[in-house]
Amino acid sequence: MTALRARVVAGNPPSAVQLKGPGIQEWAEQGALADVDDVAKAENWDAVLPPVLAAIMKYENKYVAAPVNIHRVDWIWANPAVLAKVGVTTMPTTWDEFNAIADKLKEAGITPLANGSDPWQDLTLWDVVALGVGGAEFYQKAIVQLDPAALTSDTMVKVFDQMRKMRGYVDEGFAGRSWDLATRMVMNGEAAFQIMGDWAKGEFAAAGKVPGTDYWCAPAPDQGGYILNSDSFVFFKVSGEDKVKGQKVLASLVMSPSFQETFNLAKGSIPARTDVALDKFDSCAVKSHEDLLASIGNNTLVPSLSQEMAIPRSYRGEFLDLVTQFYNTDMSSADAVKALAAGIERARAQ
Amino acid sequence: MPPPARAKSARTLGIDRFLERWLPQIVVSPLFAASLIFVYGFIVWTVYISFTRSGVLPSYNLAGLLQYERLWSTPRWYVALQNLFVFSGLFIAGCMAIGILLAILLDQRIRIEGVIRTIYLYPMALSFIVTGTAWKWILNPTLGIEKFVQELGFPGFSFDWLIDPHMAIYTVVIAGVWQSSGYVMALFLAGLRSVDDEIIRAAAIDGAGPVRTYATIILPIIRPVFLSSIIVLAHIAIKSYDLVVALTNGGPGYATDLPATFMYSFAFQRSELGVAAASAVMMLVTIMAIIVPYLYSELRGGRK
Repeated sequence: MTALRARVVAGNPPSAVQLKGPGIQEWAEQGALADVDDVAKAENWDAVLPPVLAAIMKYENKYVAAPVNIHRVDWIWANPAVLAKVGVTTMPTTWDEFNAIADKLKEAGITPLANGSDPWQDLTLWDVVALGVGGAEFYQKAIVQLDPAALTSDTMVKVFDQMRKMRGYVDEGFAGRSWDLATRMVMNGEAAFQIMGDWAKGEFAAAGKVPGTDYWCAPAPDQGGYILNSDSFVFFKVSGEDKVKGQKVLASLVMSPSFQETFNLAKGSIPARTDVALDKFDSCAVKSHEDLLASIGNNTLVPSLSQEMAIPRSYRGEFLDLVTQFYNTDMSSADAVKALAAGIERARAQ
Repeated sequence: MPPPARAKSARTLGIDRFLERWLPQIVVSPLFAASLIFVYGFIVWTVYISFTRSGVLPSYNLAGLLQYERLWSTPRWYVALQNLFVFSGLFIAGCMAIGILLAILLDQRIRIEGVIRTIYLYPMALSFIVTGTAWKWILNPTLGIEKFVQELGFPGFSFDWLIDPHMAIYTVVIAGVWQSSGYVMALFLAGLRSVDDEIIRAAAIDGAGPVRTYATIILPIIRPVFLSSIIVLAHIAIKSYDLVVALTNGGPGYATDLPATFMYSFAFQRSELGVAAASAVMMLVTIMAIIVPYLYSELRGGRK
């Protein structure tokens, strides 16, 4: 980020940069981006991308970025062997069920939930809880539109209440733990669940684990919603015929079905194009794709707060600080809601 | 000698004289220019940015004290400031106390003093990143001390400061003191050795015990050592950033944030250049409040 800022200010921006979410709009507003709309029109990107994602890729109705993948954030990963120890044979579909299973695991001396210590991991958990407890409409209002009424609503208090419960399900050794070590805890049977985006699947795959038998993946209780994360290449204004041409070739290549298939098979995500055949993908990816299409139809697809897809970083930073503060102290839910609203107002003053 | 050569030698003489006069200035000037631009120029730039609405990129439209108002209404900033005072105070006091005690004990002409001295001084050879990482594992409740003592047969033992937001800053103090007290010991040991034996013997003849001899005679003699150790420790405390990053990364939550980590995270992770600049200016002002009176008294002392 620092290097990019220095290069743009110096008038020597790179041709393409991996950026995401509202970060793309921030750079576009500075007039730093070039569009690849002719490629997008010719290849009809509008028809194959989810509208929520397409809107993020565009500035003033022109494509300035090309998405390479779609990650789903609201997943629960589980170790079925550990769950079997307390007689659980299916994944929870509501938060009450989740809490009941977690309490049972805790009584049996098993860590219910693996989580690390990075603030963004806390926020990822909160992201999923917010959608699960509040639903997609609430998520849109409170988090994407930052509506003050939704931010201070009773639903928000309930979100923090559930988050407080989650803190109780984490073991004490989380200090300095990265998300992939938390995934390994589930793999090794040291913890039952992890709530994390499907980049965690890459860890399971790298260890040779098979979905359905060695581990389970299921959408977190989410009332039919879907939290979207996507990596994308953003094109900066460059001079020189060959560089501009290079950008168009890259845009076309990144969006080609064969690239999207190959790349996403390795990364654990699914293609950003909804029309790529998923024959080579595993059951989790197929489920992700089905739910994605369903959520587009029901208008319950939401951009991820924790993965910098929903709101600018100054606002996200207020969520990040508050949520990690709440999670790591004994702050009450009511105080958290108040402090969050104050933080959003502070960010708005920018 | 042919005339052209003589003319040339006159010219070289001129250049020589010129160089003699200006060489010091020429040699120093790049350094002077560099510090003028990269230190003082950027201080001015940072102060300017702190009065603008700069976000992801710097903007140059003045916005008054907006960023300072936002900074001083951010709870995280108060945590960072409080941590700076708690950490610096305890770090300096802890290093001094342990360092002096070790120096006095080593001063008793014990055997294998050289080996012991080296052992105590060794942590100083490590970088704060290594110290922080090692202590992160030692203090981790499921890996380090807590687990070890529990396995010794005390299952109720608990030592979880690293994940307790109220206590986490003290783990940073522990790691810092562990690293730096050996250095204070070395300074004081040198000081103690420089005290004249005659004075100590005279004190013994007058019937002063060892505690009284050290407290009222020897330590006051080596007062300058106090000043230099405190100055060295204070600057380590104020600039410490790497220790926090390696040990707790500011966590749990942001409980162990320092002004330096606060500034970094706002400037580079949050696209809030304005607030970050304001916090940097506050740090500068704080340091100036300490340094300026000190410099003033030093310079006045020099004139006397």
